[in-house]
Amino acid sequence: MCLAIPGQIVEAQEIDGMRFGTVRFGGVTRQACLDFVPEAQCGDYVIVHVGFAISRVDAEEAERTYRLLEEMGALEDELGKDGG
Amino acid sequence: MSDPIQFTCPVPLALGGRIVLGHGSGGRLSAELLRDVFLPFFHSPILNRLDDQAVFEFRGARLAFTTDSFVVKPLFFRGGDIGSLAVHGTVNDLAMGGATPLYLSAGFILEEGLEIETLRRVAESMGRAADDIPVEIVTGDTKVVEKGSGDGVFINTTGIGLVPEGVRLSPALVRPGDLVLLSGPIGDHGIAVLAEREGIEFSTLLASDSAPLHGLVAAMLAVSLDIRAMRDPTRGGLASALNEIASRAGVGITIEESAIPVREEVRGACEMLGLDPLYVANEGKLVAFVAPHAAESVLAAMRRHPQGRDAALIGAVTDTHPELVLLRTPFGTTRIVDMLPGDQLPRIC
Amino acid sequence: MKYLDEYRDPALARRLVAEIRRSVTRPWVLMEICGGQTHTLVKYGIEELIGERIELVHGPGCPVCVTPLEIVDKAIAVASIPQVIFVSYGDMLRVPGSHSDLFRVKAAGGDVRIAYSPMDALRLARENPQRPVVFFAVGFETTAPANSTAAWQAKREGLRNFSMLVSHVLVPPAIRLLLDQSANRVQGFIAPGHVCTVMGYEEYEELARRYKVPFVVGGFEPLDLLEAILLLVRQLEEGRAQVENQYVRSVSRGGNEAARQRMMEVFEVVDRNWRGIGPIAQSGYRLRAEYAAFDAEKVFGVETISAPEPPECISALVLQGLKKPVDCPMFGTRCTPATPMGAPMVSSEGACAAYYQYRRHAAPPGAQT
Repeated sequence: MCLAIPGQIVEAQEIDGMRFGTVRFGGVTRQACLDFVPEAQCGDYVIVHVGFAISRVDAEEAERTYRLLEEMGALEDELGKDGG
Repeated sequence: MSDPIQFTCPVPLALGGRIVLGHGSGGRLSAELLRDVFLPFFHSPILNRLDDQAVFEFRGARLAFTTDSFVVKPLFFRGGDIGSLAVHGTVNDLAMGGATPLYLSAGFILEEGLEIETLRRVAESMGRAADDIPVEIVTGDTKVVEKGSGDGVFINTTGIGLVPEGVRLSPALVRPGDLVLLSGPIGDHGIAVLAEREGIEFSTLLASDSAPLHGLVAAMLAVSLDIRAMRDPTRGGLASALNEIASRAGVGITIEESAIPVREEVRGACEMLGLDPLYVANEGKLVAFVAPHAAESVLAAMRRHPQGRDAALIGAVTDTHPELVLLRTPFGTTRIVDMLPGDQLPRIC
Repeated sequence: MKYLDEYRDPALARRLVAEIRRSVTRPWVLMEICGGQTHTLVKYGIEELIGERIELVHGPGCPVCVTPLEIVDKAIAVASIPQVIFVSYGDMLRVPGSHSDLFRVKAAGGDVRIAYSPMDALRLARENPQRPVVFFAVGFETTAPANSTAAWQAKREGLRNFSMLVSHVLVPPAIRLLLDQSANRVQGFIAPGHVCTVMGYEEYEELARRYKVPFVVGGFEPLDLLEAILLLVRQLEEGRAQVENQYVRSVSRGGNEAARQRMMEVFEVVDRNWRGIGPIAQSGYRLRAEYAAFDAEKVFGVETISAPEPPECISALVLQGLKKPVDCPMFGTRCTPATPMGAPMVSSEGACAAYYQYRRHAAPPGAQT
């Protein structure tokens, strides 16, 4: 369950006591409710599910863990050459 | 362990009930309707070939003859409208048989209450599309149905074209070893229309790719007559078109996911809604099955033409999995690209 | 697309696969409980990549599949009422009830509409004040905050013509049920990343401790799942049973507090029947009493509709991961996406549909077809 994808907030506004943002997914944009990510600002990436942002992507964490992934792989490639 | 056949999971609902929207989506339900409801009563060997167009001999010439209906909602969308769509779609059906378009007819079913100004806009667009080709709309008809019985405007067309000497295109000619060429990025039309449909609105600059393809087809045939078949992947998308060919020709088709061009906007919308671009409609694209020795030159000819700038070699025909269309993922694994029963639905899952 | 494409990188996938294969010394049985994860695993052929020693079993992760039969029947009943605008997520339209489905209701003249978001349903209610608008609020915990907001906002606005048919299901009670089965073979779980985005993963720590089974919170892209599988395999090989978080870019241990607050203002926990499995205590949400005016079951008097749960059948065994779709003698013959016998074949996220659509050409290792 839970089709939710990352998009970037390009603008945000209050409408009627709720916070909405225009979020860009690749080449399309759509309104999403930002009530659940009060800390998210324009430029941030959020994960959006049925028109609601449910988390703000922690860019640093994502970067760090992705780097680990890349390095793990590289190391194994090296080791692999010895007949792993 | 009890006999598993006895269990009473939700009983399959007999499909012999009513027409559902899925019957019009170009997938499996549409095919079954044709097979079970129409073909038993319409007796024609030409019809039984189930090509996009009927090609027959008449006094030494070969004519192509086709009909199509247009029920798009909304009527006007970025990149076109029901009128221009009708002209392009009909011309393309003819073009898939290699035919140059000669004449079109246009029948209108109008809903009571439709603004005449709307109809005028549609007619103007149709006229312009026809003039640009050029093809003449030589006959037509108008009927009006009561308010609530239609979506404003339905258009039915027929088209007649001439198939040049020596040109023979048919799925039956497709054979293992042939290569599969696609004229450009998929999914533009379906997503452009979806963006403007109530309930799923999103903003995009993406326009429908609605366009006539007879020029591209002529450019391809000028380079080689070893093109076996062509199809324009409209409703049901590229997946349905490939499945139809695989099934008619009794062959297998394998395509490479990484070779299939998809615009960023289409990708974004599909990711958001949980749709697969392979099943999204196109109105200005074609897929061609070409003899292996001719593929390179045909592809080059496509890329020289405005309608084929982003043409790509996407796969090949095989005999190892007849009637199955397989897709190779960038990971090297394969998965089946099946016919959907009906429409693709946006999902939450 | 950022945060999506990088996690589909084939070169990194190859390395992860190699590392997984290197780390495995014995067979392991793993389960994911999320339709979206099932979709990715099957679509990319990940089971084929990771080798025969690891068996991937697909759990009851499709809210469409597990929505109780009686709720589907209630939806059909309400949607069939003249003048009602019935708004639903796309996935639910094809799910068979006892006698019909929402597509057929539409064909017979019902005003059934698809929405991408609950806010679209609210908008329809505002635009059509003379007509009752009913929103079919299904999903796991992930969708609950969004669904609850529709009711919350409707109450704030004093909308008189809006109500919801609510059927949420919760993941941890289902896992507990699976782990309590003596026939359970699952040794490690990929926890659902978007459910955990909302709920956090503290609940899984208790499960890991009690049942001595490892959990890794996983994302939805191929690299996420491969990494989650790797982390699980390492835990199993090392005899650990902890909860780890692979999906750090979206999930934190405490989850999304703001989302949960909204949700718990509107919903309360309740017992639920899971289709194909049966009743699981405290495994669903319903509207609180203060929101009774927005409860479609009360508004339309369909509370008493009940549908007998079918006797134990292979749908249930597939949903619980005890059987695979290919084990079912009807798979691909009498039971196909066009003629579904059970819910897992209806929804494109259901294990059977996913298998049928993508993988029926390659019999999984060890299975009889």
